[in-house]
Amino acid sequence: MGVVFDNFDLFGRGLRTTASLAVLSYLVAFVLGTFVAGLRVSPIPPLRWVGTVWTEALRNIPLTVLFFVFFFGFTKIGISYFPFTSSVIVLGCYTSAFVAETVRSGINSVAAGQAEAARALGLTFPQVLGTIVLPQALRTVVAPLGSLFIALTKNTSIAYTVAVVELARVFNDLANQTGEAIPLFAGVAAAYLILTLSSSAAIGVIERKVAIRR
Amino acid sequence: MSGTITAFADPLGPRGKVRVAIATAVGGALVAWVLYVAYRRFEANGQLEKELWTDLFSGEALRFFWGGLKITLQLAAVGLLLAVAVGVVLAFARLSKRAPVRFVATTWLQFFRGVPLVVLILFFYIGLDFKPFRAVVAGLVLYNSAVLAEIFRAGILSLDRGQSEAALAVGMTDGQAMRLVVFPQAVRRMIPALVSQLVVLLKDTSLGVAIGLEELLRRSFLAGQFLKNPLQALIFGAAIYMVVNLLLSASARWIERRQGQGKAKKTAPGDPVRVGGIEDLSVA
Repeated sequence: MGVVFDNFDLFGRGLRTTASLAVLSYLVAFVLGTFVAGLRVSPIPPLRWVGTVWTEALRNIPLTVLFFVFFFGFTKIGISYFPFTSSVIVLGCYTSAFVAETVRSGINSVAAGQAEAARALGLTFPQVLGTIVLPQALRTVVAPLGSLFIALTKNTSIAYTVAVVELARVFNDLANQTGEAIPLFAGVAAAYLILTLSSSAAIGVIERKVAIRR
Repeated sequence: MSGTITAFADPLGPRGKVRVAIATAVGGALVAWVLYVAYRRFEANGQLEKELWTDLFSGEALRFFWGGLKITLQLAAVGLLLAVAVGVVLAFARLSKRAPVRFVATTWLQFFRGVPLVVLILFFYIGLDFKPFRAVVAGLVLYNSAVLAEIFRAGILSLDRGQSEAALAVGMTDGQAMRLVVFPQAVRRMIPALVSQLVVLLKDTSLGVAIGLEELLRRSFLAGQFLKNPLQALIFGAAIYMVVNLLLSASARWIERRQGQGKAKKTAPGDPVRVGGIEDLSVA
């Protein structure tokens, strides 16, 4: 394990980058995904189509391909950011499709009477959705939304392909330099497990506080 | 329309209809405007020139892409077959009556589900000197067998207990009951989940790009460099992935319907909420 402790700084840096990629992308994904879920249940056909195309396209194209399209393709139309920012955008958009599907199934699980009652009181669609349905819907899907965060944490490793120095990149570089892949693998795996296990503990706490079971 | 909830969409009055009509017009205009901005962006950067797109459809280019797609499909097929085999074994180990076996299987599963696939693939490639194709397959198998084992286990547990109890009552051993009664029935329930896992697996094959394997993504990238149209080539590659995956999902739905369990689409109140596709969502 010597090689892991010798490079503890680099590991720490990788861990911080992975964690900040995960948190920032999740914020993007959550806001965007909830919005797209709203589009998908809205009574306005063109908005519904946009929501459907967004989720279907992003769910069916591999994340690695999205990274390549954004990073190597979009520069051609004048869209280029630093690797970290690009990664947050790509990871956020990709995960937003899954957040949207999760939130939508949460919305479908809210009893129809809730929306009916809100409509009977004269609330408009955005009001029904924003004040009555979504708050209940989000609380039913706390656990799957949490699993999405964990999946996202692992997916940040694909930022490796665009040279963001996160854990997978640290592993790759050190393993190539030192040739001691096995202890390094153990170290990286441990780092990811620390991240995922602590987030699932945190998700458990949030779940106990806010989740409603149906 | 499948996306709408009945409570949002019950018959509208005259004023409601007008409101929706106006919103539809505004929404449509908004979408058209966004598309127009994107179009201008492509045009202003000279990305709509005909050759940049038509170059992709020359016989040579298409054969190049097809070669990449073949490797991608081979990776997915080999990966799925092996992952299913290993997954079945792991699922049985998880359900074993012997505590040590259960413990080892559970630890194994947790570990390989927790480590990102990229890291596994890099480990096989750099650390164990696997050839790129084998390194990707090894990673895919270790990761997906762990996910599949959980699907199998859930499938086996979802079966009514009466089935195995009845099998034991007519004198079968545990092994016979599992092999002859429980497993065959459980497998049929798992087929849709298996196909959606195949979509995940197929998407994951693109990680081969990290170690230089010439699958569809790498070939799209190389084609873009050679033909000097990276944007178009990558969009073309992405479109191929999307078509293949949509066909797979469509066949999963078709199988599900044929099995007469077509209750997958609408989530009724009280149903557990699940969304497949990103990865295993049952991480607890």
